[in-house]
Amino acid sequence: MSTVTQANDHDHDHKPTGLKRWFFSTNHKDIGTLYLIFALTMFFVGGSMAMIIRAELFQPGLQFVDPQFYNSMVTVHALIMIFGAVMPAGVGLANWMIPLMIGAPDMALPRMNNMSFWILPFAFALLISTLFMEGGGPAGGWTMYPPLVLQTGAAFPFLILAIHFLGISSIMGAINIIVTVFNMRAPGMTLMKMPLFVWTWVITSFLLVASLPVLAGGVTMLLTDKYFGTSFFNAAGGGDPVLFQHIFWFFGHPEVYILALPAFGIVSQIIPAFARKPLFGYASMVYATASIAILSFFVWAHHMFTVGLPVKGELFFMYATMLIAVPTGVKVFNWMATMWKGAMTFETPMLFSIAFVILFTIGGFSGLMLGITPVDFQYHDTYFVVAHFHYVLLTGAVFSLMAAVYYWLPKWTGHMYDEKLGKIHFWLSTITANVLFFPQHFLGLAGMPRRIPDYNIQFADFNMISSIGGFAYGLTQLLFVYIVIKCALGGKKAKALSWEGAKGLEWSVPSPAPHHTFETPPRLTKAMLEH
Amino acid sequence: MKPILKKIIAALTLLPLSAAADWNLNLRQGATSISNEIYDLHMLSLWIVTVIGIVVFGIMFWSIFHHRKSKGVKPATFSHSTTVEVIWTIIPLAIIISLAIPATTLLIKMHDTSEAQITLKATGYQWKWKYDYLDEDLTIFSALDAESSEVSQLDSGLNPMETENYLLNVDNPIVLPINTKIRILTTANDVIHAWWVPDLGWKRDAIPGFINDNWAIIEKAGVYRGQCTEICGKGHGYMPIVVNAVPMDEYKMWVADMKAEQEAKKNTSDMVLTMQELMTKGETVYKAQCLMCHQANGQGLKGAFPALAGSPLATEPAKRLGHILQIIYGKGIMPAYGEQLSDVEIAAVTTYERNAWGNDTGDIVQAKEVAEARSNKL
Repeated sequence: MSTVTQANDHDHDHKPTGLKRWFFSTNHKDIGTLYLIFALTMFFVGGSMAMIIRAELFQPGLQFVDPQFYNSMVTVHALIMIFGAVMPAGVGLANWMIPLMIGAPDMALPRMNNMSFWILPFAFALLISTLFMEGGGPAGGWTMYPPLVLQTGAAFPFLILAIHFLGISSIMGAINIIVTVFNMRAPGMTLMKMPLFVWTWVITSFLLVASLPVLAGGVTMLLTDKYFGTSFFNAAGGGDPVLFQHIFWFFGHPEVYILALPAFGIVSQIIPAFARKPLFGYASMVYATASIAILSFFVWAHHMFTVGLPVKGELFFMYATMLIAVPTGVKVFNWMATMWKGAMTFETPMLFSIAFVILFTIGGFSGLMLGITPVDFQYHDTYFVVAHFHYVLLTGAVFSLMAAVYYWLPKWTGHMYDEKLGKIHFWLSTITANVLFFPQHFLGLAGMPRRIPDYNIQFADFNMISSIGGFAYGLTQLLFVYIVIKCALGGKKAKALSWEGAKGLEWSVPSPAPHHTFETPPRLTKAMLEH
Repeated sequence: MKPILKKIIAALTLLPLSAAADWNLNLRQGATSISNEIYDLHMLSLWIVTVIGIVVFGIMFWSIFHHRKSKGVKPATFSHSTTVEVIWTIIPLAIIISLAIPATTLLIKMHDTSEAQITLKATGYQWKWKYDYLDEDLTIFSALDAESSEVSQLDSGLNPMETENYLLNVDNPIVLPINTKIRILTTANDVIHAWWVPDLGWKRDAIPGFINDNWAIIEKAGVYRGQCTEICGKGHGYMPIVVNAVPMDEYKMWVADMKAEQEAKKNTSDMVLTMQELMTKGETVYKAQCLMCHQANGQGLKGAFPALAGSPLATEPAKRLGHILQIIYGKGIMPAYGEQLSDVEIAAVTTYERNAWGNDTGDIVQAKEVAEARSNKL
């Protein structure tokens, strides 16, 4: 391994400085960093909206905000967290790590890479600016169902344009990843030798390329319905409001896996590293990921069981949905088997990964329950659903992103983070996230609809507990920022192989990774291709 | 002291009161045989996932405690086993099939709306429900009750804890007979809503331009409460559903009473009220129908809902007829009230709007003028 390291050290490590470095960057590491910082910023912007929501729901009665503003908080919180925090964080990791993991010098399309990042700040400036407009921001839910969304005021075209920008940015990012992985792997890095994180991102990229244009079409039809007199979604003009829901969820369900698959990839890197044992069932992991991705295009209507589908349709979507439990189960069992008879240590990345497996599985359990159509008639659009998707997205996707940051931070900064603080961050996050979201299952079962600013007093206790968990979770994340900044500024020097059990090419380059790596393809030995 | 701090302190003082609320953990069993079957299926799936969870997490935690480096274990090197992989693909498959079978049977049963004895059509409005008893030629509007409405205003200073059935109470509850197959149609007038009474076991979207159907046989007399469950704008949290289930003979009496009451109300166009009476009645109507958008102080919400206080429509003499017509026929996202309000109610609320919040036009609109406005327009 050391010979490879030296072989890569001959370059000048040319690095532009200042504005030029960041605005015009075509370097995958710098763009990755930009994505990650942007995602973290948006995580706090979206998080502060969640704090407003939880403050209003702290007790019955209306204390802080008008219901219309509450609705726009619900809407914009979701859009920001999905498109601004989780997706860019995933793309940031892909940017940083994929070239390092496959032995490529950079992404295949570096200028497009720059553009796909720099679209994002403008897109979110458009979206967030709507909150300050007359009539307020979009307030019909992130799902943008017509006819309600057509009642949006001045914010409406901004919302649509922002969605288009986000879509273009994501599609460019996805194309870049696909092209990079298929063309720039080091000799010997065959597809079935690739680290699982790379696999999950390739599959995610195909989901993005296939599903985002559908969303773009749907929101454009909204735009023409509002301004150009078309009636795609207007029954009075021969259209159908439910058509939008079909279009939206044909995008929306793959989108769920766009958020989740990279998380699967991350924990599939981390668990073997800290169990000091190869990933169990690598090939079945790849096949399971691909099956989930393919199935995700056949289950969209399980988000719409209550719109009045024919019974055959409901049965089809119920069966297809339940079927997803099989490959997902395979993944969970494989992680379990990877840990089995390993020699585990429990540094922060491993803690977050284990918590991911358990809590994501709990989200999967409620997902299976929601997939059973007759029972979904009770669960649908209640807090049970809110609890479900926050388990898979917060304690699922976000926890895996936290794990990834802790895992690769030494490689990015050249320093080890403060392990003690990392563990405190982990335990506080895990406890508070559960205090925040577990009671929401009870609220939903008891009959509390989602997206309401105020509620009957029978829901008061669990809402108060949930809000307390929410505030505590929010505060805890400030600790994360402190840990990251502290690590960036200094700390114990990280070795090239920062973790004893870690495998993969990214650990063959020095820490911090030089500005340019693998300018000549690394010569891979059999040992280096183990995963 | 900053207002926000005041609010937080006020919020904390309410803490002990919340002890009175429920600690309900599970799905409601409901009042129909379907809702009970749904409950059973819910429990079956809950038990299945609980057992899977205990097994999987149990193995993981056993591993976490025993297979750790600090105990000096040497890691094993195995990385796959086809037998194991096949087993843990087949077992989940068998489990989901065992869940899918009862789910299929139940779903088919739920879709059978045939041979209903009574048909009720629920139409969602921003933000109330209209109910048509299709066999009885009876229509009623049902909106949030006045007390909840008042308490739920931002900074109302009133305590929801002391409000009975806060946000789950309506002005006109609907009555349905027990032990009768009732077909319930759902549709909407403006945006998508969803009609949900948890104790009936299902919810169904109410979609403008389309009609969905569903059914229920309520087995126990009682009052069942529900809410709209599809975000439908500002008042989404404020359009509850109250179903009063009674024996058939009581239901029939209620229908007769309602019809008589509506007949008596129909001819209000000859009523002449004093300014004072109109203002009192108008305020009631305003609170129930207009306040959600135009606000208690008539200021509206900038950019979304126009102000009435000082607005040309509600103050200029030339716009008096336009004012009445806009209430009758609606405008833009403002719904038409002609169908749901009687002539005297429209007269009262017009008078109220033209004299409240400093509008002080002194205008008195009588029911007759509204009746004329209706007939002229047609």
